[in-house]
Amino acid sequence: MATYQLNVNGQRREVTVDPSTPLLWVLREDLKMTGTKFGCGISACGACTVHVGGIATRSCIVPVSHVGDRPIVTIEGIGQDAVGRAVQDAWVEQDVVQCGYCQSGQIMAAVALLKHTPKPTDKNIEESMGGNICRCGTYPRIREAIKSAAAQIK
Amino acid sequence: MTSIRAGILVSLAIPTLAFWMASSPVQGLQAWEQVYSVLTHPRCINCHTATDYPQQGDDRRRHVANVVRGPEGKGVPGLNCAGCHQETNADSTGVPGGHNWHLAPLSMRWQDLNDRPLSSAAVCRAVTDRSLNHNLDGPGLLKHHEEEALVKWAWNPGRRPDGTMRTLPPLTHAEFVAATRRWVEAGTPCPPGK
Repeated sequence: MATYQLNVNGQRREVTVDPSTPLLWVLREDLKMTGTKFGCGISACGACTVHVGGIATRSCIVPVSHVGDRPIVTIEGIGQDAVGRAVQDAWVEQDVVQCGYCQSGQIMAAVALLKHTPKPTDKNIEESMGGNICRCGTYPRIREAIKSAAAQIK
Repeated sequence: MTSIRAGILVSLAIPTLAFWMASSPVQGLQAWEQVYSVLTHPRCINCHTATDYPQQGDDRRRHVANVVRGPEGKGVPGLNCAGCHQETNADSTGVPGGHNWHLAPLSMRWQDLNDRPLSSAAVCRAVTDRSLNHNLDGPGLLKHHEEEALVKWAWNPGRRPDGTMRTLPPLTHAEFVAATRRWVEAGTPCPPGK
């Protein structure tokens, strides 16, 4: 076991866990932040996506010992900045969600895309979101919501 | 007096012999074939693809999660290489890692579009073409093989998700560097052919 000082959504959080514990389980089990979902557990579906140091990161396969002092942003904190807020609003406006299980990961990936590419093309969206799987097939609404959010971001 | 003459002859002959040995085209080509055997191992060629995506595993299958190359070989926003591949291997989850994880540029592709490794001659021509290889000369290539973090990763590739060790290239890193040095000292000769 080891103790880590994590910066999660701007707050310092201390956890004492096995160094090999995936960040996802630290968030969900130790910090009780269950907005980030467990999907496949092998980084293949994107449900567990959070931002680590500004990079959309598959938290299910990143051991907490690899995080270091990089800030972590989860779905619980993504609405704290303008891009995150715009994406959340667009998700509501477009009524994107069906079952919703994958949507926290979808939103985290979409925010990462728009922070880097404020006016994405369809190809940009397909490539950046192509690793986030939605079993309900909400992809057309996700695409429209990203475009809608892009239009709102100054 | 005789021994002095002999000493002079020996002192002249040894460097000449060493130069001849270092620059032997035959030995250089033999060394290159050793280098080539490493470059076409999956630990290397999986990131020296001709495709718009990386490959993974000894069977060199398409990378999981629809990962794409991206403009700089580092994936795209939302799906960057660094979103999974950290600074070091994550053996508990089976994800390899190293500093600045990225694909080699397409100019350094070592396979064709059917996933077949290019010939020894073709890879050699590409590797030695300074318009394709980031302007590396022989010593630059040697330094790349000796020091580049992602090259060295191939000999410390960590564990697969099932806990078994990833396979290693056919030479040790020291043997690979030594072969590269012999090839460079021979003037980076390339085999003939396509």
